[in-house]
Amino acid sequence: MTNPTPTQTPTGPTGESQAVGGNINPADNKFTKWLSHVLGDLGKNGIFIALIVVVVLFAILTDGILLRPQNISNLIVQNGYILVLAIGMVMVIIAGHIDLSVGSVAAFVGACSGVFAVQWGLPWWLSIILSLAIGALVGVWQGFWIAYVGIPAFIVTLAGMLIFRGLALAVLGNANIGSFPTEYRALGNGFVSNVFGEFELDPLTLGVGALAIIALIVQQVRTRRGRTKYGQEVEPMTWFVTKLVLVSVAIGFFAYALASYKGIPITLIVLAVLVLVYGVVMNRTVFGRHIYAIGGNRHAAELSGIKTRRVDFWLFVNMGVLAALAGLIFTARLNLAGPKAGDGFELEAISAAFIGGAAVQGGVGTIGGAIIGGLIIGVLNNGMSIMGIGIEWQQAVKGLVLLLAVAFDVYNKRRSGGR
Amino acid sequence: MTTNILEMRGITKTFPGVKALANVNLEVKRGEVHAICGENGAGKSTLMKVLSGVYPFGTYDGDIVFENEVVEFKDLTDSEAKGIVIIHQELALSPYLSIAENIFLNNEQKGRGGLIDWNKTNFEASKLLARVGLRENPTTKIMDIGVGKQQLVEIAKALSKEVKLLILDEPTAALNDEDSDHLLDLILHLKGQGITSIIISHKLNEIKKVADSVTVIRDGKTIETIAKSDVTEDRIIKDMVGRDLEHRYPDHTPHLGDELLRVEDWTAHHPQDSTRVVVDGVNLNVRAGEIVGIAGLMGAGRTEFAMSLFGHSYGSRISGKVFLRGKEIRTRTVSEAIENGIAYATEDRKTYGLNLIEDIKRNISMASLKKLENFGLVHDNEEYKVATEFKQSMNIKAPNVLVKTGKLSGGNQQKVVLSKWIYSDPDVLILDEPTRGIDVGAKYEIYTIINRLAADGKGIIVISSELPELLGICDRVYALSEGRITGELPIEEATPEAMLKLMTMEKPR
Repeated sequence: MTNPTPTQTPTGPTGESQAVGGNINPADNKFTKWLSHVLGDLGKNGIFIALIVVVVLFAILTDGILLRPQNISNLIVQNGYILVLAIGMVMVIIAGHIDLSVGSVAAFVGACSGVFAVQWGLPWWLSIILSLAIGALVGVWQGFWIAYVGIPAFIVTLAGMLIFRGLALAVLGNANIGSFPTEYRALGNGFVSNVFGEFELDPLTLGVGALAIIALIVQQVRTRRGRTKYGQEVEPMTWFVTKLVLVSVAIGFFAYALASYKGIPITLIVLAVLVLVYGVVMNRTVFGRHIYAIGGNRHAAELSGIKTRRVDFWLFVNMGVLAALAGLIFTARLNLAGPKAGDGFELEAISAAFIGGAAVQGGVGTIGGAIIGGLIIGVLNNGMSIMGIGIEWQQAVKGLVLLLAVAFDVYNKRRSGGR
Repeated sequence: MTTNILEMRGITKTFPGVKALANVNLEVKRGEVHAICGENGAGKSTLMKVLSGVYPFGTYDGDIVFENEVVEFKDLTDSEAKGIVIIHQELALSPYLSIAENIFLNNEQKGRGGLIDWNKTNFEASKLLARVGLRENPTTKIMDIGVGKQQLVEIAKALSKEVKLLILDEPTAALNDEDSDHLLDLILHLKGQGITSIIISHKLNEIKKVADSVTVIRDGKTIETIAKSDVTEDRIIKDMVGRDLEHRYPDHTPHLGDELLRVEDWTAHHPQDSTRVVVDGVNLNVRAGEIVGIAGLMGAGRTEFAMSLFGHSYGSRISGKVFLRGKEIRTRTVSEAIENGIAYATEDRKTYGLNLIEDIKRNISMASLKKLENFGLVHDNEEYKVATEFKQSMNIKAPNVLVKTGKLSGGNQQKVVLSKWIYSDPDVLILDEPTRGIDVGAKYEIYTIINRLAADGKGIIVISSELPELLGICDRVYALSEGRITGELPIEEATPEAMLKLMTMEKPR
């Protein structure tokens, strides 16, 4: 440890002279403080509100079909691969890059997994491991060009988009590979339930839901305690509790819906693990912090001893693995590795990240935001499909939502940016 | 008919929560050079933005009277049409365009059929260049000329707009003494041609040199306007800070220990042109508790030396040896340099020093996250605690450490940069222009911090283009010229004259 407090405080001859910090209002009573917290949180969680609005809107427009247990379950399974991609994509975007190749990579890896699992008849688990390894290799390839040769990610991954689409077609030989082993397919449309026998509501699912709520509350309370202990300001108790209750109810409803259908989708389990792990990586590990530092100011990060090339490289390896995983989930779900797989995935993943609050310039964004962004796109897709809106209008609406979301973000920042 | 070309009466400008200007009055006489002084955040730039229409009419209270008529500017184009041109601190030139193209940007010299007449463009440009005394081909690209010359191009651009009132915002902040002198002479020369200038500056000696009158602004209010005959540095400083400033540099009694850092025969070449020597066989040493200065004119290779030493962050074909406490160390990468006890705080904190969209806490921890790591996770409460301790010990003025560094004033930003490096616990700190763009009061605080670090037994290298500053705070000073150390003087012998002689010493050819 260093000693950051060399005794006395320096006081220049001018004393107070600086401009900053001038707009703290000394006369804030308890209520205005509470209100400012709520409003501040709404601003920060605007994306979350947007999701709720979209859900409520489509729940009404579809006469409640959207919120039926089966549909909720479908929402997760249908969008799983986009959400997996969105996790990797938001990390890439935070570091100030972009990845246009993920759709092609997903198709390529899906095709390879078809060769492994179907044509060669390898065991399902070995096929999955090999496929993820291929994703990693793709990442190594792209990461090499981006990090060590210094070619912009846009170019490298644009090339990758063509290269891996081409390779996917070559591997498939212009045909579909189909009929995967059951265990493999479970990745895309398997469920965990009924371990305690047949019930109206699956007890396992409900139990997991309850555990999730408890874990959330424990974690939040511990964070709050830790902050208080270290003398940090925390949000008012009432607002803290309100938020916890709201989120708990949402989780409860979600668990109830899944329990009354087929149980927990395996895709959801994969996703939950990814969100937890990557959430911790981005917030609490040195690697994650370095990603934010690089995105915020690459030069400053470099001059602070951060090995920017290494971080860039591993980011793309990571993206490659996640793209492979998305490809596997998609292939498993369709039970088919086809040449058109993964078409446009990159755009949905990028949209998810930006709707979720990531900044084009880098440095800003969260895993949670990207997931919510992906869910918004998912609900839009799903809701409009239920309503029987054609694909052409779905596309247009999604484009508009992306534009508005980012415009809202820009407006918000300008407003709070001060002078 | 008054002799005033400009009067700003009762200007009040408020931002949400902050009153930036409160009833400011400013009178500028026709044909004079009028200086505006004030600390950072005093409201100088805001006042100029009001004047030039960046903050349009209606967003402020008060009147602007230009050439005896009340004017209401909606934007920059409006004010330029009247002959008011502002040249900002950050130059607004496009690096990939030529000098001539930049001069006539948005004012293109058109020939027949509305197409740009390049011959005319370049001819007119060369006439303007002659007026500002810049001998360059108008087709040269901006990126190929130095900052000093770029400043002259900006002025040529202003002249092309038939300027009556020229506003220069800290024009010499990035210039060396020679270029500064040239620029100041030019301002006086233009005055002879009847062009009125307003010059915003921190540098009191240059204000004394060119200004006919000085208006001091403090906390968004006009303090007074002083006529040339009454201008003294002490009076201006007193007005700026609101009280007497007896010592500009804190007292410092060195307690020198053993030799800490020794650099032998350090040589670096230009990153693009690896035949060009930029740092040429530099030898220097720093003892524990010693503050060592490196003086040199712009282009002498000061920053290049420091950055090449710090993880080979600059240059190509770098050679030389570095010793810490007599043991040779490697500094080939930044992380290696940091691990071996060297820290470098950059001269350009916004571009190279800070992550402006991130908060104070994360900026301070940026170079030392490993220290906060616990079972692979960053201990963020500890991080908060450390940052808060720095906020107190360094007197960083902000409500808390969660404020984004982009919202801090220059002095406080610099304190965050210093905190970052102090937290990395180095043996030797290289501080490149530690007080650039910082107001007088904050400068004093930075000097105090430097003294404190020296007292703690660190070795400090200070690089500065302000000679008085080096002479005020250092124990020993090296002079650098054309990449070579041309001399080394203990502080008792380092007079400005002696230093300047060394700093301008040319290589024997």
